Amino acid sequence: MYPRTQFKHDTENTFWRNLRLFGLLIICTLNLPSLAADIPAAPDKAEDKLQLTGQIDTEDEFSHALTLLRGKSFKDKLKAIDTLAASRNPKALHYLKALLEAKLYYRKDDQKIIIARRADKGYALIDPESGENLGTVPKREIKKITLNNAMRRALREKIASLSLSNPDPNVRYAAVDEMLSSRSKGLAATLKTLIDQETNSKVRKLMQVGIALGELDGDKPAKLSALEYLAGNLHPSVRNRIQSMTEDPSEDQAVVTAARTALKKIEDKVYFFNTLETLFFGLSLGSVLVLAAIGLAITFGVMGVINMAHGELIMLGAYTTYLIQQAFPGFNDLSILLAIPAAFIVSGLVGILIERSIIRFLYGRPLETLLATFGVSLILQQLVRSLISPQNVPVSNPSWLSGSLQINSVFSLTYNRLYIILFSLLVFAGLYLILKNTRLGLQVRAVAQNRAMARAMGVRSGRVDALTFGLGSGIAGVAGVALSQLTNVGPNLGQSYIIDSFMVVVFGGVGNLFGTLVAGLSLGVANKILEPWAGAVLAKIFVLIFIILFIQKYPRGLFPQKGRAAEN
Amino acid sequence: MLLTRILKNDLGGQLLLIALLITTVTVALLNLAVPEGHALHISTYTVTLLGKYLTYGLLAIAVDLVWGYLGILSLGHGAFFALGGYAMGMYLMRQIGDRGVYGNPDLPDFMVFLNWQELPWFWLGFDMFWFAAIMIMLVPGLLAFVFGWLAFRSRVTGVYLSIITQALTYALMLAFFRNEMGFGGNNGLTDFKDILGFDLQADSTRVGLFVASALALALGYLSCRYVMNSRLGRVAVAIRDAEDRTRFIGYRVEHVKLWIFTFSAILAGIAGALYVPQVGIINPGEFSPLNSIELVVWVAVGGRATLFGAVIGAIAVNYGKTYFTAAIPELWLFALGALFILVTVLLPRGVVGLLQQLKRKQT
Repeated sequence: MYPRTQFKHDTENTFWRNLRLFGLLIICTLNLPSLAADIPAAPDKAEDKLQLTGQIDTEDEFSHALTLLRGKSFKDKLKAIDTLAASRNPKALHYLKALLEAKLYYRKDDQKIIIARRADKGYALIDPESGENLGTVPKREIKKITLNNAMRRALREKIASLSLSNPDPNVRYAAVDEMLSSRSKGLAATLKTLIDQETNSKVRKLMQVGIALGELDGDKPAKLSALEYLAGNLHPSVRNRIQSMTEDPSEDQAVVTAARTALKKIEDKVYFFNTLETLFFGLSLGSVLVLAAIGLAITFGVMGVINMAHGELIMLGAYTTYLIQQAFPGFNDLSILLAIPAAFIVSGLVGILIERSIIRFLYGRPLETLLATFGVSLILQQLVRSLISPQNVPVSNPSWLSGSLQINSVFSLTYNRLYIILFSLLVFAGLYLILKNTRLGLQVRAVAQNRAMARAMGVRSGRVDALTFGLGSGIAGVAGVALSQLTNVGPNLGQSYIIDSFMVVVFGGVGNLFGTLVAGLSLGVANKILEPWAGAVLAKIFVLIFIILFIQKYPRGLFPQKGRAAEN
Repeated sequence: MLLTRILKNDLGGQLLLIALLITTVTVALLNLAVPEGHALHISTYTVTLLGKYLTYGLLAIAVDLVWGYLGILSLGHGAFFALGGYAMGMYLMRQIGDRGVYGNPDLPDFMVFLNWQELPWFWLGFDMFWFAAIMIMLVPGLLAFVFGWLAFRSRVTGVYLSIITQALTYALMLAFFRNEMGFGGNNGLTDFKDILGFDLQADSTRVGLFVASALALALGYLSCRYVMNSRLGRVAVAIRDAEDRTRFIGYRVEHVKLWIFTFSAILAGIAGALYVPQVGIINPGEFSPLNSIELVVWVAVGGRATLFGAVIGAIAVNYGKTYFTAAIPELWLFALGALFILVTVLLPRGVVGLLQQLKRKQT
């Protein structure tokens, strides 16, 4: 028994050693495309040996560098950083990153370098090489490895260039980006050696920008051609570099002129994209307004009912989203899709209830409906406060709503804003089709135009009223689902939108869905255009004053109803 | 002589004024003459509370004037009330002098805090009471005049008018919340010390303010009744019931509306000015659209187009509010909400209308 196990143990040992060697080889070749390319083609065995000795050498240097790091001299530490980075050892990256974050310490008893994070009592230690947890020690047992600005700069560069050999193109892109931003010396040279191996076109393009940036330090023709290449490029460091060139008195006149043209091109582009961004923000704000107001446009515009509880119906929709998320905690990405019809039904039913129990007694007295529905809004608010919570409730965003679509370095579209624009257009289109192309829509329009005549033709006006009100309220609920992704969900959610919604409907012209769409979008854009120079609150005040004045001039809004319906 | 002519055929008004007179005299006496701790003593807190209700009563009359008699549902009367309040607050602020936290004799505390070097131009003159008193009426009146002139001239009516009055008070609320406006921003104006040299904390000053509020309410009521009994008042009712016909007969509808609207705003401003020294603070919350809608329901509860009904409604609803918010705060909004619904659906003419109906049945 005994010898046999011994034997087995032996084979296992050699197997693991071989595997480790093989792994090192792979790491070396993977991480060092440039170095590997330098090695002349040689018989397998020789290469094996070469790699092996090289590894032993760097291993030695590596531990030596670590010893230097513990020392006091910043010069030595700087050298150590160089060595660590040059070793191309994947472990080096852990050390360098921790050092940059000022988390690298060493233990006083055994001089081992570790990563330390502040914990409850003392510091939690982590082995930089294996990531293993080494327990918590009090502060006096460890000592921080101090660093200065020169080291920080060096660290950033080295980390970036080490990351350039990462297999993930996004990491490489970020690394090149970081190098461009830090404008490290010899950047162009490094990039030139790397660009040929780069397969990802996006990363290549950025590398070319970096190389061109480097050529700006070259002779005049190189400068001119680089400027031509860089004109209109939006990378912030390109802009800064060219900006400084235009102000540099030592530059050649032709170069300065070329730089000015390039800068002008860049600035034009930035201005263009900033305008585009304002427009995008405005449209997304506008679509929120449209969503909030469009239900009101039906109840107010088509039925002549002032529904002050509209905001609270929006709030109910938002709370439905919250409750559904609570009911299906694991399905965050999908529950919002379920919330849309659920919110429509909840708010729609509440709306029908309000219509049947209160509003139907008040037709023809719009000011009274205003007061009664205001009472309803107070009750709904307090109901939510009493039943759920007077505080805001947390509504989480599905993952596909977060993040943004990066067009270039100055312009990006956040997904939640993008989706809300699409969503509100979709809701608008759906509602428009219902009113234009369905039997219900026909009846709604008939009752709105002439109630008595519609009844004489056999339309059950009571039922149509209830359904119309339910439809408008349901849309409010759907708006609530969208709003729950943008703002805090609390009992006061509705109040903050009700006045804006009325403004949109009145501005657009009562009884006109298209008017509501145009009014909502244009008010949103106007708000965002005013915001940068007036501030958010003042912008809103200006918009309100504008609407008040606009109504004086055009009492029936942008798109007034024509014909007999307008006279009521 | 004039008094009897104004109150002819106005039983409710007569009763209201008599009740107001009796209450004022009794309350003032029971507070000042009866020693504290005696069973009949009325605390200064109650006196101030009653004084506050009376200013609300005056505000309700102002709303009833335009809503009940002119058919304009203003959702922005809270703005006129608050503007009057701010004018008074500015005077009171200037009276603090160097007794503020920073001890700056020239600038109110919040301006010192914001590092302002000198008083903004619109604060000039507010250290004099007569100037403040003019502003209390001028500022709300002027705003109502300009707003009304624009709105009535272009024949904005009904729901549209209600909504833009709401937008007006909302815009003012947002504006007054800004620190840069120079009205104390979020915190508003507070920490008042004295008015016309009388200490605001003293019992006698409180009673004085209460009596002043009662007096203002009585005068306000009489002047409104006077206006409504006049030819102008009859034209106003005609406009409410059939605007186009009145116009076709040849009346200048816009002018009638404008004068009554402005007058109503001035009354609201006076109410606000009396309200502020009694509650000791004015902040942008007074501009909130909610407040303006709430005061419409006071009138609705009491009964539109009766004037005295508005006062009864204002006092009743606010007493209910004080009681509920202290005893069962969760229920107050339910109660207020239910009140809105029940009054509009079941009691379109308010409590007064209900009483009149009962009386008619008896006879």
